[in-house]
Amino acid sequence: MKKIKEIVVLSGKGGTGKTSVAASFALIAGKDAIIADCDVDAANMHLVLKPNFAHSQVYCGGDVAVLNQDSCTLCGKCKEVCRFDAVDFSNGRYTIKDLDCEGCGYCSHVCPSGAITMVERKSGDLFISHIKNGSQMVHAKLSPGAENSGKLVAQVKTNAGRIAGEVGCEYVIADGAPGIGCPVASSLSGASLAVMVTEPTKSALHDLKRVLTVAKRFNVRPLCIINKYNINSDQTAVIKEFIEKEGITHLADIPFDSSFVKAMGQAKSIIEVDSKMKALLEETWGKVKEIAQTV
Amino acid sequence: MNSSKSCIKLAIASGKGGTGKTLLSTNLAALIAESQNVLLVDLDVEEPNDSIFFQGKLKAVLPQHKMIPEWDSEKCTLCGLCAKVCNFGAVVDLGTSISITPPLCHNCYACSELCPVDALPMVESHMGDINLFDNGKLTLLEGRLNTNEEHSVPLIEKVHKEVEKNYSHIKYQIFDSPPGTSCPVVAATSKCHYVILVTEPTPFGLNDLVMAVEMLKVYDKPMGVIINRDGAGNEKIEEFCEKEGVDMLGKIPYDMEIARAYSRGELLLGNGSYKAIISNIFNAIEKLHL
Repeated sequence: MKKIKEIVVLSGKGGTGKTSVAASFALIAGKDAIIADCDVDAANMHLVLKPNFAHSQVYCGGDVAVLNQDSCTLCGKCKEVCRFDAVDFSNGRYTIKDLDCEGCGYCSHVCPSGAITMVERKSGDLFISHIKNGSQMVHAKLSPGAENSGKLVAQVKTNAGRIAGEVGCEYVIADGAPGIGCPVASSLSGASLAVMVTEPTKSALHDLKRVLTVAKRFNVRPLCIINKYNINSDQTAVIKEFIEKEGITHLADIPFDSSFVKAMGQAKSIIEVDSKMKALLEETWGKVKEIAQTV
Repeated sequence: MNSSKSCIKLAIASGKGGTGKTLLSTNLAALIAESQNVLLVDLDVEEPNDSIFFQGKLKAVLPQHKMIPEWDSEKCTLCGLCAKVCNFGAVVDLGTSISITPPLCHNCYACSELCPVDALPMVESHMGDINLFDNGKLTLLEGRLNTNEEHSVPLIEKVHKEVEKNYSHIKYQIFDSPPGTSCPVVAATSKCHYVILVTEPTPFGLNDLVMAVEMLKVYDKPMGVIINRDGAGNEKIEEFCEKEGVDMLGKIPYDMEIARAYSRGELLLGNGSYKAIISNIFNAIEKLHL
C-alpha cells in the first residue's frame, strides 16, 4: 500500500485564507482525501464541508484533581506544592479551583490521607463525519478555555490517517491553527508537506517567517501560496523575493475580489462561486500532489 | 463605576484569527496616546505584530525563563518515581537513564521535588522575551515566544506580572490577545477588566464569536463586540449580541484602503474619517464607565 500523504495548511497569521484553501483542496480532491480540521479551538471547515456528525467521541485532554472533604485532614500540603494556584483555602476548608488546575497530580502525591484523586476531565468532542463531496472528515470542538489542544490535534490526525488507510485514499488534508504553538506543532508532526498561505501584509510575512522555523524543526517541506496578492503589489514582491531566497516552492498567487466576499457570506468555498478560481486551485492542488509524490 | 481601580485593562480578542485585533489594538492605543499615557501589551506571543506599526525605540529586552527539570546522572538512583509522577509524559524512565522532553513539561515541579535524592533540579530555560518600546506617550510591551517553544501561557503570565509590577500607574492598558478559545486566550484575558471581541460579519466570524463568548461566560467576563469589515452579515452578529447581552461597541467599515494601510504596517489616524471611527469606538468604551 502507498504511504498516505498528509498535507497541512498553515499560515502563522490568522485570517490569511487557510480554511478557504484547505476547503477548496478538499472539494477538488473529493474521495482522494480525508479532511482533518486541526484548528480545534476555532474550527471552521464544518461550515463549508457540511459534515453529518455521524460518530462522536468524548475527548479527555488531561486530568483534574478532585478533593474528598471527608478524608481531608486540613494539613495544607496540596496548597503548598501547587504551582498553579489552583487550591483555595476559605471557610476552614480546602477546595480545588477546577479552571486553574493543570492536572499535574502533584497534590495527589503529597496528600497524606489520600483525599485527592485525579480524574479525567472532558475537554472536548471529536467527530467523524461524511461530508458533502462523499468523502469523510475528522473534526473536533475543544471545550471553552481548555488546555492541551495539541493532543486533540494529534487525535484528529490519527483518526484521519486511519480512515484514509481503511478506505484506501492517498491524502489527508489538514487545516491548521494560526500561531506557532502546540496545535501547530502537533499538526506538523509527521506531515508530508506544509502549504503556507500568506498575504501581502507586513504582519503576515513576519508571522510566516516564524512558522517556517517550526516547519523546519519538524522537517516538513514548506510550499507557499500568496493570497489576496493584489491588495499590495509591493509587499507581494517582497514576499516573493523572500520565498525565492529561502528556496520555497511558490505554488500560486490568488487574487482578492468580490467573489471571495460572496463565498464567505454563503459559507461556500471560493471554487463553488468562481470558475476562474476553481481552475487556479485545481492547478495548485495538482502541483501539491506532484510534489507530494517526491517526499 | 469602580473608582478604586487605578487602571483599566482592556483585552482585544476574537476567536477567529485575522479579524482585526491588531488593527484595533494599535490604532486605539495610538489614539489614546494623543491625549494621555497608554500601555499597549502584545500578548499574541506566538505571532506578535504590534511593533510593526510603531517606529519607537527598543528600550529594553527582558529575557524570560521557565523552570524545567534537568537530570543529574551522578545523583540518580534510577528509582523511576519521577517518570511515575509526571502526568504529561515529559519525564520518561528508559531503564538506564531518565529522558526529559522540555516541550511537554508543564513546570509543575512534581518530579523535581518528589525525587528522593535531588537528582532532578529545576533549572532556568529561556522561553522568550519581553521587549519594551518607547513611543512617547505610548509604551509598548511585546511578549515574544521563542519559535522552539509550544506553550505560550507561561510567557503570557510573565508579561501580565511585568505590567502589574511596573505599569499600574498607566490608566488605559490595551492587551492584544491571541486568537482561538483555548488556554492562551484565557491566560491573556483573565486579568483584564473587559474584553473587546473583534469579529467579521461572515458565518466564520459568527461561529468563532459564539465560541469566544461561550468561553468568556465561563469566566464571567464583561465583554463587547466590534464588527470589522462591516457588511452584509451584520444582522446575525447583532442579533446574537443582543440575545447574549453583549455590548455592541462599533463598526469598522469594509474598505480596501484600510486593508492597504494595514498591509504596509501603517496606522489609520492620519486620515480624518478613519480617525473618527476609532474615536467613536473609544467614546463607546469610555461610556462603559469601567
